[in-house]
Amino acid sequence: MTDDPTTPAAGTPVSKDAPVKPVTPAVPPNLGGKTTSAAVAPRRPAAAKKVADDTSPLLSRRHWLGLAWGSFTAASAAALAATGRFMFPNVLNEPPQQFKIGFPDEYVPGVDERWKVRYGVWIVRTPSDIVQEASGFYALISVCTHLGCTPNWLSAEVKFKCPCHGSGFRPTGVNFEGPAPRPLERARIVLAEDGQILVDKARKFQFELGQWADPESFLRS
Amino acid sequence: MDAIKDFFNFFADPRVFFLLTLTGFILMIWRRDVFTTPRVGYGLQVFLVLFFGLGLFDENFRLIVAKPDNVPIVGLVFLLLFFTWYSMRQAVLNDRRLDRGEPVEEKVEEDRVWVWPDLVYTELICLVLCSVVLIVWSIVLKAPLEQPANAAATPNPSKAPWYFLGLQEMLVYFDPWLAGVVLPTLIIVGLMAIPYIDTNPKGSGYYTFKERKAEISIFIFGFVVLWASLIVLGTFLRGPNWNFFGPFEYWDIHKLEALTNVNLSEYIWLQGVGVGLPSNWFVREFFGIVLLLLYIVALPVILARGVLKTYYEKLGPPRYCVGIFLFLMMLSLPMKMLARWLFNLKYIVAIPEFFFNI
Ligand code: FES
Repeated sequence: MTDDPTTPAAGTPVSKDAPVKPVTPAVPPNLGGKTTSAAVAPRRPAAAKKVADDTSPLLSRRHWLGLAWGSFTAASAAALAATGRFMFPNVLNEPPQQFKIGFPDEYVPGVDERWKVRYGVWIVRTPSDIVQEASGFYALISVCTHLGCTPNWLSAEVKFKCPCHGSGFRPTGVNFEGPAPRPLERARIVLAEDGQILVDKARKFQFELGQWADPESFLRS
Repeated sequence: MDAIKDFFNFFADPRVFFLLTLTGFILMIWRRDVFTTPRVGYGLQVFLVLFFGLGLFDENFRLIVAKPDNVPIVGLVFLLLFFTWYSMRQAVLNDRRLDRGEPVEEKVEEDRVWVWPDLVYTELICLVLCSVVLIVWSIVLKAPLEQPANAAATPNPSKAPWYFLGLQEMLVYFDPWLAGVVLPTLIIVGLMAIPYIDTNPKGSGYYTFKERKAEISIFIFGFVVLWASLIVLGTFLRGPNWNFFGPFEYWDIHKLEALTNVNLSEYIWLQGVGVGLPSNWFVREFFGIVLLLLYIVALPVILARGVLKTYYEKLGPPRYCVGIFLFLMMLSLPMKMLARWLFNLKYIVAIPEFFFNI
């Protein structure tokens, strides 16, 4: 498309892609006998003159558009890549998923809140679990199963109560009021070699999938 | 004094509150001639001023109403009432003109626009007043900043920004994906669909009620009775642990409310039939699924053959289907709320196995 617009048009077949050339009224537009251009030919001269005048010798309109779209695409891609980079931070300040919480005899029966702030779990010691039917420990993850707020433990009412939409959970973790569709999740809880209790939040046990029967979801004692 | 407070606290019961807004809505539509008289308009505003003004003497009431977060809602109550009243009044006046065979008010001087000084002065006054209100507001009321966020401590109660309180209230009754994703999408899509469903050319460019009874009633029901009154309810009546509290009631964290919720399947299999819950989810939820299909699929057909026959013929099948679906979805909200308040019904279909709860 580097044709000099001043090249005479007469005799050259008009191809669809080539820049339209000014046609003098004296020359019939479809001299080359191409049937495709015949239909459009009568309309062309006026528009063609304008394009010819606008074209700068350095950069044709088509090139300029290509350049503009190219740089726009490149800039968008770069911005997208920069956003994507945020998904992989250099440092992650997350509490460890696995942690030791002391010896079993440090806990009295009932719900223990001491690790809620640091690790987001309640440790419950129960004389008899609903699923395992034994005495022991389980770790409830303090995330509401409705939309993820942190419920509060109300010791007087013996229940967990979520401040966002009012879901209530029994100390076992089973939901009984409000909109939460399923019980709180339990985390893996086992004894470490040194006799301390080890909680592993990376492994979760869901009641509705029958996972509370798993031996690692409950620490017998 | 306490008797009056108890009286108002009684209205804070969600059932009573909803019944009240519903009755108000029906009365407003039905006796619109009376509702739109200046006397009733002024009377309602004066009542509200007295209610809020005198209420401020009560400590618990002050704590809620004067909270910077909630002040806009107080304004909203006044404005909403005024604009509903005003547009209804214009509509009723125009209806009377139409009855007498006169042109509607907006068409009387169609060929001119009153600009100077009418419009320009009005704009100037509005400009000055709004600036004053905004400046005073920003100086007097502090922005309610709280402590840095802490994942382990959610404020109690934890309230969304006021314009989302209607959504938050919906979340109490429906599963998150339904109340948080499907229903809001339907609201937006539904609003966009209105011009394509309602092709009645009457009422374009002027106020009227009698030429668009159904359309206006449905819109006011959805906007005022559901959306706005849920915002008011969420702002003034929801307290710690997301329990209901009267406006003059002390926000007691330990207020005990029996809210044990029961799924429809549990009602049917445990209390109705008297056997345990079937282990297969399809058998367990069979009745809920049937009920749901009846509501969404069978009901529109029945209505199209019966009560809504004229509408069905006027709109044609595609428009009728879309319109009735949106309408039924809108009605499902108050129905589910009432079912929760009256029977502690939790979910009609509850399949936690794959997150399908309705
Ligand atoms: S997030 Fe807990 S009830 Fe909604």
